[in-house]
Amino acid sequence: MPKHSRELIGKLEHEALKIRRRLVRMIYQAGSGHPGGSLSATDVIAALYFHVLNVDPKDPSWVDRDRFVLSKGHACPAWYAALAERGFFPIEELDTLRKTGSRLQGHPDMRKTPGVEASTGSEGQGLSNGIGMALAAKLDRRSYRIYVMVGDGENDCGQTWEAAMSASFYKLDNLCAIVDRNLMQLDGPTKHIMSLEPLADKWKAFGWKVLEIDGHNFAEILKAFDKAESVKGKPTVIIARTLKGKGVSFMEGAVAFHGKAPNEEEYEQAMTELGGEP
Amino acid sequence: MNYGAWKKESQRDFWAKALLELGRERKDIVVLSADLSTSVKTSVFAKEFPERHFNVGIAEQNMMSIAAGFAASGKTVFASTFAAFGTGRVYDQIRQSIAYPEMNVKIVATHAGITVGGDGATHQIVEDIALMRALPNMTVVVPADAPETYLAIRAVADYIGPVYLRMGRADVPTIASIQDDFKLGKATVLRDGDDVTLIGTGVMVSRCLVAADELTKEGIDARVLNMSTIKPLDREALIKAARDTGAVVTAEEHSVTVGMGAAVAMDLAENAHVPMKRVGIPDVFGESGDSDELMEKYGLTAENIIEATHDVMRRKGGAL
Ligand SMILES: Cc1ncc(C[n+]2csc(CCOP(=O)(O)OP(=O)(O)O)c2C)c(N)n1
Ligand SMILES: [Mg+2]
Repeated sequence: MPKHSRELIGKLEHEALKIRRRLVRMIYQAGSGHPGGSLSATDVIAALYFHVLNVDPKDPSWVDRDRFVLSKGHACPAWYAALAERGFFPIEELDTLRKTGSRLQGHPDMRKTPGVEASTGSEGQGLSNGIGMALAAKLDRRSYRIYVMVGDGENDCGQTWEAAMSASFYKLDNLCAIVDRNLMQLDGPTKHIMSLEPLADKWKAFGWKVLEIDGHNFAEILKAFDKAESVKGKPTVIIARTLKGKGVSFMEGAVAFHGKAPNEEEYEQAMTELGGEP
Repeated sequence: MNYGAWKKESQRDFWAKALLELGRERKDIVVLSADLSTSVKTSVFAKEFPERHFNVGIAEQNMMSIAAGFAASGKTVFASTFAAFGTGRVYDQIRQSIAYPEMNVKIVATHAGITVGGDGATHQIVEDIALMRALPNMTVVVPADAPETYLAIRAVADYIGPVYLRMGRADVPTIASIQDDFKLGKATVLRDGDDVTLIGTGVMVSRCLVAADELTKEGIDARVLNMSTIKPLDREALIKAARDTGAVVTAEEHSVTVGMGAAVAMDLAENAHVPMKRVGIPDVFGESGDSDELMEKYGLTAENIIEATHDVMRRKGGAL
């Protein structure tokens, strides 16, 4: 297994920090949005867009590109920031998030935003979208890979398990799911709303290769993506243990910041903690 | 046009208040949520009656069929979530588990329509009234303001059978002329007039009233009907209004092709031929944006109602 250089990890950490600054600013300017789940997802998304995914920002619909689907669509500010940083559309456009007429909708819209592969927002559907893409790749004998990020709360949805069962049935080794295991959903901690454990055992029982990692540690993230690519005959799920609101102290683990924009004072503090405005 | 001066109140707060009272008065009330209890405000009930509140997580299909099981066991069930996830996502569960066997389940949906704002099209359902109206046995209620929401919740709790009750996210203008005698299935006249009838539902009722005031300045005397029950439609009030005034305009924050206006149009076509025009969202999905901006962009202002009125008045003149 290739070991990833300190340099690469340093670069990803830098990109992730930029994404965090941008997404907090976007949500602040929009006056609404979901900072908690965006911040918990940021490191995995940074690793995907700045190392793992084979994509071409100049040609977003290139047939052989790898696909990423954000099933937990409410975390799209992190996705938009990564796409803009990668050059899919101008950085300045980030400030239009959620505004009337913007290409950057409150939840991902594949018809409006370059680089967005699936329209999501109603939870629990993205993994099934990914299965369709993975089956199409197999049918067309193409070697691109499909990555789908689901929220841990989405593991409440029956459809997530319908999808899980079918992905292993179809032996979709070109499909990799990432569960953003931030231990929280909208109303509070997952263990109080709908307990998911033993989560890894559930995915195993559904026929998946399961990897459990620290979702904020790039060495572990990269190693897991390498491993997923090498697994044959079944899909892989990476259960990434994360912290909701990661990087902004008062958002970390705070239910209130699941779906609320920071006020001016909070915004300024967040920017100080993240090392200044983007 | 100015409804800025009107007092605005939260329909969700009034629903929460009614539900809490019902919980205190009646032991048979059970409440279900799907990881949105804080947003739909069933959290207020949950705080006082944790043993009668069940938060099933992000599993709306499960919630609806559980609701049916509770109802089959003698409970009066309130199941609440966003309108998008409480109708389209669970249509078959509602159809088979609730509507077909006539279960005593009240689906209380918040965050309907484009006034949801920033969340965008996935969350702004504009076809929920159509879906629920299509179901046999289903009663569909869309209160016009916060106090009426309170009254409607009290009324549907007393009615035995499936109900869909819809409200928005945003605070809405409180309408002084709405009386305290909400009756399920009855439209109410909020303002009398002989030249044209403006039929509103939900947040559009206050806009109809504003439009009516403006129309007075042009010498047009508009009747305003609050159609807060969409199914069963108050045919008597509708036909009387059409015959009395000879022209009808409908207004709703919903797809104009399949909502209240469509229901009214069908009835008028069969029972009272008068010029009519529907104000509502065209046959498109919504988008992110500021609620008021979206209401303008999608043609849901008092001006749009006035324009539609001019149109029906012209046609009415021609027909005479
Ligand atoms: C079907 C559906 N039901 C409810 C919602 C409202 N909602 C938005 S986010 C969320 C909680 C999501 O929890 P999780 O998937 O764990 O996301 P994260 O913690 O990463 O933000 C809910 C219930 C929704 N978007 N879709
Ligand atoms: Mg979560």
